[in-house]
Amino acid sequence: MEPLLQVKDLTVAFIEDKRQTVVVDAANFTVNAGEILCIVGESGCGKSVTALSILGLLSPNARILNGQVIFEGRDLLSMTEKELDRIRGNEIAMIFQDVMNSLNPVFTIGNQLTEAIRIHMGYDKKSAKDYAVEILKKVGLPDAEAVMKKYPHMLSGGMQQRVMIAMALACKPKLIIADEPTTALDVTIQLQIMKLLADLQKEFKMSMILITHDIGLVAELADRVIIMYAGHFMEEASVYQIFEKPAHPYTRALLKSVPTIYGDLEKRLPSIPGTVPDRYQDIECCRFYDRCPYKIPSCKEAQPYFKIGQNHYARCHRAGKGELPYE
Amino acid sequence: MNNTDSKKFSFNGKFQENQHINPLIIVEGLKKFYPVKGQVLGRNKPVIHAVDGVDLEIYEGETLGIVGESGCGKSTVGRQIVALERPTSGRILYRGEDISHMPVSKLRKIRTDLQMVFQDSTSSLNPRKQVYEILAAPMLYHKTVKKENIDNEIDRLLDLVGLPKAMKYRYPHEFSGGQRQRIGIAKALSLNPKVIVCDEPVSALDVSVQAQILNLLKELQEELKLTYVFIAHGLGAVRYISNRIAIMYLGRIVEIADTKELFENPVHPYTKALFDASPLPVPTLRDRKRIILKGEIPSAISPPQGCRFHTRCPYALESCTTNDPMLLPVKPGSSHKVACPVLLAKGENHD
Repeated sequence: MEPLLQVKDLTVAFIEDKRQTVVVDAANFTVNAGEILCIVGESGCGKSVTALSILGLLSPNARILNGQVIFEGRDLLSMTEKELDRIRGNEIAMIFQDVMNSLNPVFTIGNQLTEAIRIHMGYDKKSAKDYAVEILKKVGLPDAEAVMKKYPHMLSGGMQQRVMIAMALACKPKLIIADEPTTALDVTIQLQIMKLLADLQKEFKMSMILITHDIGLVAELADRVIIMYAGHFMEEASVYQIFEKPAHPYTRALLKSVPTIYGDLEKRLPSIPGTVPDRYQDIECCRFYDRCPYKIPSCKEAQPYFKIGQNHYARCHRAGKGELPYE
Repeated sequence: MNNTDSKKFSFNGKFQENQHINPLIIVEGLKKFYPVKGQVLGRNKPVIHAVDGVDLEIYEGETLGIVGESGCGKSTVGRQIVALERPTSGRILYRGEDISHMPVSKLRKIRTDLQMVFQDSTSSLNPRKQVYEILAAPMLYHKTVKKENIDNEIDRLLDLVGLPKAMKYRYPHEFSGGQRQRIGIAKALSLNPKVIVCDEPVSALDVSVQAQILNLLKELQEELKLTYVFIAHGLGAVRYISNRIAIMYLGRIVEIADTKELFENPVHPYTKALFDASPLPVPTLRDRKRIILKGEIPSAISPPQGCRFHTRCPYALESCTTNDPMLLPVKPGSSHKVACPVLLAKGENHD
């Protein structure tokens, strides 16, 4: 089956003082119909930039140097703004972390929601309003009529995020891109929103790209996972493979360094020594080289993606040769 | 968890002995109300009941974790403990002395013992000062170190937190988030404190850096015999670093116990819900049975009558809407205390 979205060789750079910094380096991935793909990484690894470039939402100082984003046979990167506008919201919708800045503070929720519905779906005023109320109920806001009349600041963070999800769902998109949707929320509210997203994704048979740094969230939601580090995809596999048999040394270190409430605790948390390299575009060798406990001289060469198993890839030649068995 | 766990937590064992000695800090009936902003007129000004009756004992050398969601009052408790604010009522005793009603001149001497590490290291470090000045200021003000020794002392502090000495002439913006938090910790250590209140010290950091900072805090505690109050909303970090944990909800402590005991036998429905809500890094467990709380935390301006959790509690009875529960031991003499008469009477998990 043809994948819903195909990203090929996507390379994105930021231009500052005529200096070009590559932040996403030749990213290749696909999103299949009805699946949740998680892109995981620490801040500055390029995960949000990857997501934003799909819909052409990058900041003005960013340039897409190379690549294609093929959505149902059409290349989104070669589209005009006008053509893109027909895709945005309608077929691909986005949910942001920072809800407060994504909702307009001077219009009521009803105003903003019905506007979007009327523009995208061509409903008249009355039916747009009815539909808005229906969709707000769907995202777990039982008092939807009252919420319609409220301004964003009158709602709690959890309710605002529900409104954002309602807006994203309103046009029944085929793909939702959620950039850290629950990071700003409290744990119990985070669970509510997470469950809501997972249920709606199944009900509407949508695909979802979930951008997050929260390992726990990945384990709870993802079907497939991509681990990103310093602009590179380091590993790609099903969620079970990632957690049971991580292949790349970075993935292993990342998973171990998270303190959890599950299982035994080590006296000392295994942390990753050092820091993420700055200006990582100039690093010729494996970008995790400096921090890697398994490094050998031949890691100094540029690392391609190696096939580890079925649908399991890692950017590590030692893992590729099976030199790093998982204990 | 199994028996080997207690061996890993050798610190836990030491702490058990300490429980017979006097606590270092006693928090008694602590209440802190803040006026609602923007309200000027009217007799009965609405107030936010940030902390509404908290009793705590903190022992020397232990780490007490305080966990709860935003607005539960955990940070307010922390600020009272280091005497950044004065409570509305109740008192805080440090080595038997009431610091919450002490004149400022006397308090100044005690302040060196009580320090704080903040979540946001960007706004808690002066952007116009070099690290050298940031670290020297408290020592010069409190005259804890002679001027000619300041240089050595700063080198020692940077070494303690794992930063190269050469970095002392840099400005805060030249550091990464993790390094800035190390400077924040060095600043707190500069006066040789006994107690450090860490208010969400790793929440803003990346996972791999979080682990580094948590390990650093643990090492410093052992080396300098520090007592920590560790405030956080993430249960994983708290479990890793704390000997005891207090769970707060709407200005009250709903459950307090040793870390191991709390994670093995949580009693309060809110504690259970909080545990259930924490994502586990085990994909095969994603369909586990768990309590999913409905609704959100009620307003702290007019908290619910009776048990504050009854509006969201799956086990709530009629009596919960009127009876304000007290924090009671789960068994006579136990240090595990819970404010839920319903589940205590059922004897759940404790038969």
